[in-house]
Parts: sequence; C-alpha cells; structure tokens
Amino acid sequence: MQARRLKTAVAVAAVAVLAAGAAGCAESDRDDSGGAKTGGTFIFAGAGDPKNFDPIFNDDGETFRPVRQMYETLVSHKPGTADLEGGLAESWEHDPTGKIWTFKLRKGVKFHDGTAFNAAAVCFNFDRWYNMKGAAAQSQMMYYADVFGGFAKNEVETAGEPVYNKCEAKDDGTAVLTLNQYKGAFPGAFALTALSISSPDALKKYDADKVVQNGDSFEYSAYANEHPVGTGPFTFGGWDKAKNEIVLNRNADYWGEKAKVDKVIIKIIKDESTRKQELKAGTVHGIDFPAPADRKALADEGYQVLNRPSFNILYLGINQKNPKLKDLRVRQAIAYALNRQQLVQTKAPGGSSVADQFLPDTVLGYAPDVQKYEHNPEKAKQLLKEAGAEGLTLNFYYPPDVTRPYMPNPQEIFTVLANDLQAVGIKVNGVPRPWNGGFKDDVQQFGKHDLHILGWTGDYNDPGNFVGTFFGRGKAEFGDQAMTEMFDAIAKADATVDEAAKKAAWEQVNRDIAAKWLPAIPVWHAPPAIVVTKDVKGLVASPLTAEVFDTVTVPAK
Amino acid sequence: MLRVIVRRLLQMAVTLIALSALIFIWLRSLPGGPIDALLGERATPERRALLTKALGYDQPIWVQYGRFMKRLVTGDFGNSIRTGEPVTEVIGRAFPATIELALTALIIAVGLGIPLGYLAARYRGRLLDNLTIAGTLLGISIPIFFLGYLLKDIFTQDIHWFPPSGRMTTGMDNTNVTGFFVLDGLLTREFDASADALWHLLLPAITLATIPLAVIVRITRASVLDVLNEDYVRTAEAKGLRHRTIRGRHVLRNALLPVVTAIGLQTGALLAGAVLTEKVYNWGGLGTLITDSITGSRDYPVLQAIILLAALVFVAVNMLVDLSYAVIDPRVRVR
Repeated sequence: MQARRLKTAVAVAAVAVLAAGAAGCAESDRDDSGGAKTGGTFIFAGAGDPKNFDPIFNDDGETFRPVRQMYETLVSHKPGTADLEGGLAESWEHDPTGKIWTFKLRKGVKFHDGTAFNAAAVCFNFDRWYNMKGAAAQSQMMYYADVFGGFAKNEVETAGEPVYNKCEAKDDGTAVLTLNQYKGAFPGAFALTALSISSPDALKKYDADKVVQNGDSFEYSAYANEHPVGTGPFTFGGWDKAKNEIVLNRNADYWGEKAKVDKVIIKIIKDESTRKQELKAGTVHGIDFPAPADRKALADEGYQVLNRPSFNILYLGINQKNPKLKDLRVRQAIAYALNRQQLVQTKAPGGSSVADQFLPDTVLGYAPDVQKYEHNPEKAKQLLKEAGAEGLTLNFYYPPDVTRPYMPNPQEIFTVLANDLQAVGIKVNGVPRPWNGGFKDDVQQFGKHDLHILGWTGDYNDPGNFVGTFFGRGKAEFGDQAMTEMFDAIAKADATVDEAAKKAAWEQVNRDIAAKWLPAIPVWHAPPAIVVTKDVKGLVASPLTAEVFDTVTVPAK
Repeated sequence: MLRVIVRRLLQMAVTLIALSALIFIWLRSLPGGPIDALLGERATPERRALLTKALGYDQPIWVQYGRFMKRLVTGDFGNSIRTGEPVTEVIGRAFPATIELALTALIIAVGLGIPLGYLAARYRGRLLDNLTIAGTLLGISIPIFFLGYLLKDIFTQDIHWFPPSGRMTTGMDNTNVTGFFVLDGLLTREFDASADALWHLLLPAITLATIPLAVIVRITRASVLDVLNEDYVRTAEAKGLRHRTIRGRHVLRNALLPVVTAIGLQTGALLAGAVLTEKVYNWGGLGTLITDSITGSRDYPVLQAIILLAALVFVAVNMLVDLSYAVIDPRVRVR
C-alpha cells in the first residue's frame, strides 16, 4: 500500500516537473513574438570553442567572433566589404619609405574599464607585443609573427628579424610607429583582429603576459580568460563553459552608435545539423556555416541566408616533385582538362564563381586579363602528347572528413575533378586522408602527393596574404621548387611602397602565375553563409567573417 | 572480504599504469597531431618547428612519457592544448554532465527493464512477451546515432515537446554547485532551472537508455524463466507458499544475479553510447570532449586523462559488481 502511494507521489512529481518545463518552453516561445526594435538578447550559434580572449594569442575564427564584439583595431573594414576605413585611428599615413606610420586617433574613446584610449595606450600594446618574453607566448602569437617577424629578443632562432622598431606618442591623439622595413601587408594588417588594442591597465592588472607552459600546453592569464578589456560595443559578461555560452553586454559608454541589443549570447554548437535544428526550434536567432545543401531549404522556409562576399580560394595543387609535373605543358593540360564551370554549377554553394587567379577580384593586384584555361579536353590531350606524358598516373590527395568555407564537400569536388582528368587520359589514384590525421602532414610537410585540393580564406586585403602565402617561396606542398623567378617577383611586389607601382607589380605576378609558372590551378571562390531568422534585422555579412553584432536588432520581449 | 578488496585495488593500479603507457604511445603514433590542429592552414615550417619545440614534441617519446608520469603522480594531468585550462578542470566540468545523463539513462533502463523482463517471462508466449521481444530486438539493433536524430526530428522539429540540444535553455540563470544541473536546481531552490534541466535531459537519456534497456529486459526475462524452472520454486509452490512470496523471495532475487552483471557491463556501453548521444544532442560531457579532442585538436592531455578515467570507472564498476554478488548471493560470500 505504502509502495503504491510512493509510486503515485513520484509520478505526480514527474508530471509536475515536466509541466513546469513545458510551461517554461511556452513562455520562451511567447518571447520570440512581438515588435519593438531595440533591447533584448541576440543569441547566435557559433561552430566551435574560442581559445581565450586575449586577441594577440589567437588566430582562429571562433575565438575572433566574441573578440570582435569587445575589441577594436586601429584600422577597420567598411561593413560588408574588405575595404579599409578608420577604426580606432581616424586616419593614417606613411612616409615615402613606408617605414614611418602616423596614426591620428579617435577622440573620446574609453576602454571598458573606464580608462582613456590614447596614443600611449596604442604604443603600450605595440611595445607589449614586441617585448613579449617566453617561447610559450611567442609561439602563440601567430599573426604578430606573420606581420612583424621577430621580437625584441627571439626565443627561437626561426623567428626572424623584427619589423617593428618603436612607437611614440606624439600627443594623446597621435601615435607614430617606426618600422625597420616596409611590408606590403600594411596598412591592411593593422585591421587584423589579433592586433586589437587592449586596455593597458587591465593588461597589467590581470597579468596578461603570463603565458606559462605546463606540460603539453599553455596556460593563459586571468586577463585572457576572465577579464578581457577593449573599446568595442560589447563588454565581457562571462563564459559559462558548462553551458557552452559566452555572454556579452552592451557597452553603455561606447564612443560610436551604441549596440541595439542589450546582450549577445554566443552559444557554441559544433554539430552542423544541430545548429540548424536550434534555429528551427527558435532557440537561437542565427547560425554560422550552414551546410551548403541546407541553404536553399532554409531560404525557402523564410530564413535569411546571407552570403558573405567571397574572400577565399579553392585550388588544385600540383606537386612538381614529380618530374612529369615539372613540365609546364603537363600542368597546362591539367588546367584545360578541368570543367570548372560545370563544377561550380553542380557542386559549389550558391553565389560561387570560377577562379582564374589566386585572389578574389576585390583585392589589389587582381588582373582582369590573365590567361584563362577554358575547358578544352582536346587541347589537354594534345599538350600531354607534346610533353610525352600520355598515360600519366597521379596520386590525388584530398581530405574527406572536413568542410572548410572554401571547400564544403571535398569528396564530391575530388570525384568531379578526377573524372575530368580521367577523360583526357590521366589516370587518377584517389588518396583520401583525414584532415588532421595525415592530409596536412602528407601534403604540406612531406609532399607525398601529386595533386591535392586545398584553399585559403584571406585575413586582410592584401595580395601578399593570398599569393605570397602560397607561392612566395619553395614549399613541400608544390614541390620544393626552384621557381626562383616567381619567388623574386613576389618579394619585389610585396616590397613596393608606391600604391600604383605595387598594384602593377602584383597584376604582373598574377599574369605570370597563370601563363608562365602555373604552380597550381585556381578552382573557385565560394561565399560562406550566415543565417538568421526573418525578424532579425541589421546584420551585415562580412567577407572576412568579421560580423559585429552592434547593428543587430531582435524582436523585443 | 578486505583482502579481496585490497587485491582488486592492486590489480586495478597495475592495469591503469600499463594502460597509461599504451595510450601515451598509441596516441602519439597516430598521424597528425596537436601542432597541425593548432596551426590549421597557416602552418609554415618555421611555425611548426617553433610549436613542436615549445610543446616538447621534439624529444624522445620516453622522455615525454616520463614527464607525463612525473606530473601524473602529483595528480597533475597537464593542461588542455586547445584551451590551456588544467585538464582536471575541463574534465571536472564534463564529468557531471555525462554522469547525469548516464545515470538517468540507467535509471530508465533498470526501472523499466527489470519489471518488463519479469512480466515478459511470467506471461511467456503471450502478446506482451512477443511485443517485448520484438521491441528489445529493435532496441538492440537500432544505431544510437540514427535513433538520436530520429527522436530529435520527431520531438523537437515536428512536435515541439523537447529542446533540440544542450543542457539548459540558452540564457537561463542557474547556480553551479555540483555540476549536476537537475540536482543543483533542487539544492539552490531554483526549481525552474531544475525543471528546465530535466526537460533537456529526457530525450538524450531515453536515446542512451535504449540499448541497456533492451539488454536488461532480455537478460531478466531469460533469467526469470530459468529460475521458474528450478526445483526449489516447484518445491515452494508444492508447499503452498503464497505466489507473491515465491516471486519476490525466490524467483526475482535469484534471477537478479545475471542482471546485476549485465548492468555492470552496460556501464561501459553507457559510456560508449554517451559519446554518440552527446554528439547528437550537443551535450557538453565527456563524450563530446573526447570526440572534440580527437577530431578537433588531438588534445593529448585531455584524451589521456579521459581514457584513463573511463578505464578507472570501468574497472571500479566491475569491482563493485563482483562485490555486490556477495551481497546478493550468500554462496559467493562463503568463498
């Protein structure tokens, strides 16, 4: 009897709890309808964990998403483009040598901790990066090392000569940066999220430079983990790791137009289809990186599928370690064999275009008149015959297990390209290798392949960041080639200070790459998408995936 | 009894040490590694060299293992490569999530499985029995991944009864005490948080419970049938004992022994199943952590710790099962 009473009690309790849960659900459903324009919480589903919130130690998009809401850079991008505009610096100029850069800073800007943003703060940040000590810290400063080479004291021999010399605060509103050499990356690189400006007070207070190596890994400071302080439209509200949520609050003292929502929550959902389901269930307002196959269906259901302007490139890499592939005619034959137009139509996400050079047309140095390789199997066969490379067999490496913004479906891309090649008599051995379980090692370190597919998303608006990254020097990926003519031309273009001359030099590089060198074959530019519900307004998709949510509105509660 | 326990504990320690060496070497013999994952497309030979040196991966493997063991004896599992947090913290956060899920699944599996199995045996050959047998067959053979997505599709997309993923509604406040969200809500009297957590918990727990449930039903049924045929049951019946006494004291009690063994073995299955279930439901537990650490970043320190922890749980549960034999079956105690 007693047992039965207990059972009844348990059943009643269970039903009550469920009902409470369901009531909570109904309530949150009601929240999503309504009309007003400002306030509320924008919930966005990101695809991965951030590492920490100290910009300088990071280089990945999932970390930069929250960082971009909290921090700002000296130079910024016009929303929706990769064009530069003023950020924390209203304007900038360099001397004729390109070594001295003067930044006129924005006035009335405050860090989240209430301290003033000024030239001294800018110089504090540059000095901090340059003087960073410890192999652990230096090895994590990927973008800094990329742009500025070495440090005041290099902890490892491979770090290179420092480009940075000094930074002086002429007055509160003028910071003068002196470099040891000009680099083509400037001024684009000043817009890199990794080079965001932090509050000097907070950096000191929370021991930001204390990056400790512990066993196999690095431990970051309290600044990086719990107290990031920038000047951006949102302040740090916390990272609940048990719930996978990052909370950002509106910065009420922001110098510019204040954020429209009170709060942004970035919910980390790694699984693609789960992100979509959350969107459909109405529990998030937006998701990143929808599956290409879902884009149309989502748009049909009334979601806003925003294509980011393409700022990437997918290419078919050719490894010249194979003597047959050293012959330009064979590489050209491969280019003629590919029906890239059809590939784009059948396998690329909507809005993609065939690429004929290794940078998008929005980047300086894009040459409209490069040699194009239209699909021409006959010509391919003829070139192979001339080169004595008939019956060629090639090992084609591809990573079946990943999706990248420029490569949503490697397996399908491989299949189509391989069929094209077989049609002109090139025998293709497909070699699938997991992305992180052999593909990158085999291709980029050991160069075991003949052909491979890979790509790149640009970091800032500079041809060196695309073409220079791929072909600026010998790499295992393309055969440790002796294409010194190409390396020299790229180095020369990158070192040209005068804007017009720089443009001409890069255009020539791109023409020569297509006609004379052809170290790889550009395939397509594919726009990655971001999706929001139909009542979310004001989100501007960025080619650099650098969306800032301050202009976003959600329906009020 | 004490001697048995001490001996089992020693066995456990030896097993775990051997396992640690095996895992350490195995992980590092896989192609790829944290360096690749950390560098992504931006890998240049210089950066690769720099990081390899900074992380100490250029040293011989026994030196690396020595370093690992030296830290391990002080309870230091190192820091996650991906996040830089101490591994103990990362796991300390994921562990309650998985245990909450697995325990709920176990409660469902045992709570439904034993009565269902018993009833199926009692009404052998009748409709209920046939239905149960068919149901368990389906339960065992349906892949968790598929079932998870199916349930999610039905209950979160078609009819909105449950949320699609996560442990709690986004933006909901709760106080973290133990890491078990349902329990935390009760402890801190945040009952809406508790209800919300339970609401998020049910669908994943049902998904995870299917296989153990089916196994427990089948084993209970078979075991009860065996015992029903035993002489002492017939004797009891002949003596005219009440049916209730016979079923409770003689049949069920004796039939439970293999069931308990099965429950122990199913703990392993639960942990393995959690990997898939958590993936489907974006459940921030050990399962998610382990897949992320393998596919995402080759996070050696985290992987080593999880595998060791899983082994520890597995070995410990098996020990408990062995010991519980002694409680249930007096014959074992005598030995």
